[in-house]
Amino acid sequence: MDDIRVVEGSEAVALAIKACRPHVISAFPISPQTHIVEGLAKMVADGDIDAEYVRVESEFSAASVLAGASAAGSRSYTASSSQGLLLMTEVLYASAGMRLPFVMTGVNRSISAPINIQVDHQDSMSLRDAGLIQFYVESVQEAYDMHLAAFKIAEDPNIMLPVMVCMDGWVLTHSYERVQFVDQQAVDDFLPPFAPEHYLDPAAPKTWGSYAESDVMMEFKYAIHKAMTDGKPRIREILRELSAMTGRDNNGLIETYRTDGADIILVALGSVTGTVKDAIDELRDAGRKVGLLKIRCYRPFPHEEIWQAVKDANVIAVMDASFSMGSEGSIGLDLKAKLFGRPQAPMVVDFVAGLGGREINARTIRRLVVRAEEIHRLGLVLPEAQWVNLDASIVS
Amino acid sequence: MKLTKGAVVEGGTSLNYKTGNWRDQRPEIDQKVCNQCGKCKDVCPDDAVHRNNELYEIDYDFCKGCGICAYECKPEAIKLLPEGK
Amino acid sequence: MTVKKETPKESLFVSGHRACHGCGMALGARHILEATGDDVIVVSPTGCLETFTSPYGFSPWRVPWIHHVFENAPAVASGVVAALRAQGRDHTRVVAIGGDGGTFDIGFGALSGMLERGDDVLYICVDNGAYMNTGGQRSAATPPWAATTTAPAGRQSMGKAEMKKDLPEIVAAHGIPYVATASIAYLGDLKKKVKKAMTFHGPRYIQIDTPCPSVWSFPSHLTLEIGRLGVNSGLVPLFEKENGTITATRKIKRKVPVSDYLDKQKRYRHLFDSEQGQFEIEKIQALADTNIEKYGLLSV
Ligand SMILES: Cc1ncc(C[n+]2csc(CCOP(=O)(O)OP(=O)(O)O)c2C)c(N)n1
Ligand code: SF4
Ligand SMILES: [Mg+2]
Repeated sequence: MDDIRVVEGSEAVALAIKACRPHVISAFPISPQTHIVEGLAKMVADGDIDAEYVRVESEFSAASVLAGASAAGSRSYTASSSQGLLLMTEVLYASAGMRLPFVMTGVNRSISAPINIQVDHQDSMSLRDAGLIQFYVESVQEAYDMHLAAFKIAEDPNIMLPVMVCMDGWVLTHSYERVQFVDQQAVDDFLPPFAPEHYLDPAAPKTWGSYAESDVMMEFKYAIHKAMTDGKPRIREILRELSAMTGRDNNGLIETYRTDGADIILVALGSVTGTVKDAIDELRDAGRKVGLLKIRCYRPFPHEEIWQAVKDANVIAVMDASFSMGSEGSIGLDLKAKLFGRPQAPMVVDFVAGLGGREINARTIRRLVVRAEEIHRLGLVLPEAQWVNLDASIVS
Repeated sequence: MKLTKGAVVEGGTSLNYKTGNWRDQRPEIDQKVCNQCGKCKDVCPDDAVHRNNELYEIDYDFCKGCGICAYECKPEAIKLLPEGK
Repeated sequence: MTVKKETPKESLFVSGHRACHGCGMALGARHILEATGDDVIVVSPTGCLETFTSPYGFSPWRVPWIHHVFENAPAVASGVVAALRAQGRDHTRVVAIGGDGGTFDIGFGALSGMLERGDDVLYICVDNGAYMNTGGQRSAATPPWAATTTAPAGRQSMGKAEMKKDLPEIVAAHGIPYVATASIAYLGDLKKKVKKAMTFHGPRYIQIDTPCPSVWSFPSHLTLEIGRLGVNSGLVPLFEKENGTITATRKIKRKVPVSDYLDKQKRYRHLFDSEQGQFEIEKIQALADTNIEKYGLLSV
């Protein structure tokens, strides 16, 4: 009775959301996210989902509708990309602070200007400080699976934070893959209805969105951080339950691929990790000791797992698809911050690759590995991140 | 006291915050002149006038002394006195 | 004489909030809730009302109340409505109460979206004609020739040089069932309108003139008086519009010249210091007269 079908990535996500029985869905179009909310709209139009579908006039309102619905005690969902995600920024910070556990899909796409609709991670990475839990997925199947877990993680009484499942635009949203679906009864057993401790209710009137003075502001901010860091064991547990339900290995905040005895470990997230795995197989066949560390859960940052996975390597080559202008790539910054000062920590080399949809193939990865080895061998201390496949000669 | 999750608080708790010490003038109702119209209660931005035992009374725990009640009182039953005198 | 103190149980908006002395908005908020009753959820944007009612741990709201950010109260309200519908909580109604900046300006897109969707929200704008919470900067609701901190009077300026955005008309153009204007100077009228609005379903809009003693700069005991002068000069027309048609106007019994309204507020003081100012006062009088004509405000 396995339900296995070849579906578009966006449809797989819409079907996962349907299985989670949301009360409220808000929607605003932006490529490459649009197929997801269109899919949900059709399900609502056909009566296949019993949800209120709110067609808002902006992404700012899309996120705001979720905030109101969530505070009123309803499970709620939206999806967006790129400019839309950035437009939501203020709402997402406030929602995390108010501990409103809605779920959204962040379909990754680059940020203007220049305008470009291809994939990179600048959009969701710009929201990494907001207090959202963020997952990044490699495949359509993983996108489906992680959306099933997202509400359970968000709504955990000790977590209560918005969750964003990030998936690469086009590469995952618009490609057709074989997906194995979980039956509804199993999802219902896994994910009980949303039952928050408080919700907007005239029978028990509460005040939401208070003003905090400096005597408590730091504590409220620390509480968000603590919910994330203390929440890690619970997230691991939920991912184990997810694995038990799906029969797939969704375990862990990170995933390692052939890292045993590796001298060089590539660190990446999102769909590129599939390409990296293939490249690693070739490199291993050629006798190079290379492995991959894929970050599945980016916030909270799983630095304990990462340390365990990389501590015996010589060099970490980070593949960043987003960049903090004037500084470094996002993951590079995180890794350097968390590894710095640890005795015998491997060297971290930050590569910026794939911005605006620039192709990353096996050759790119091989060259990156060679370069990382060389940097390590020569003991170079690089003041800047390495921009991969950049034609510096045309930059004026 | 532990902070609440998301700073959600009980409604009606501002009654624990007394604003009476904001006052620099003090309205006093002359009950002999008061005609019980209730205007003072209606117009108070601080909900600091209440009817007790058939009389309108000012709750000095909260009255900020804005003077609206005295100004609006038709029979001029409310006098504003400097606070602390 | 000592009497047993009665706690203000009947009030849904209790004492201990931190509004300035004589704040028209605080007065309005209590009366709005008296009219809506307690089976409501209130949404407010950032602004004075939010700031003076939500210091952590000290809330005067005895109904569920939520503030999120400055520009999204209509959308948050839409989300609450959607959740109530999904949960079958049909009896509970949603009321948004926000300042003019949050309504005319930064939240305008969200407001228009909510109105166009037909969501069952009573949106009440408590209009004090400027961004008071940040010290009184010009908004689209600031009336012409008022001085504000960002459109001050100066050697080459008479204050705000533009008209007040006619939001009730814009809102009505969305084809919503009920639009009204009210003033805290006429509390009975205000409550009657809120009660009437509650009998309709779909989006409804009430704009309430809420004089602000602190920034308009008048003595705090004059809040209602200033409100009355605004109405009786014709500058603040009070009307109701049902399904696009004006169904009622509050008649002016004794018309007052606009200068009686202006000269009590420091925000207009510069108009009285120069010839140019006198000229602008005449223009303001013309605006009042246009309102009187347009809405038929004088009882004949
Ligand atoms: C996005 C954003 N911009 C600016 C502010 C600063 N701000 C907070 S309240 C406010 C003024 C509110 O004015 P209004 O809506 O008229 O309400 P009032 O305070 O006058 O009652 C401003 C500018 C903010 N909080 N958020
Ligand atoms: S500034 Fe004006 S509107 Fe704001 S609380 Fe003070 S009196 Fe009220
Ligand atoms: Mg204002």
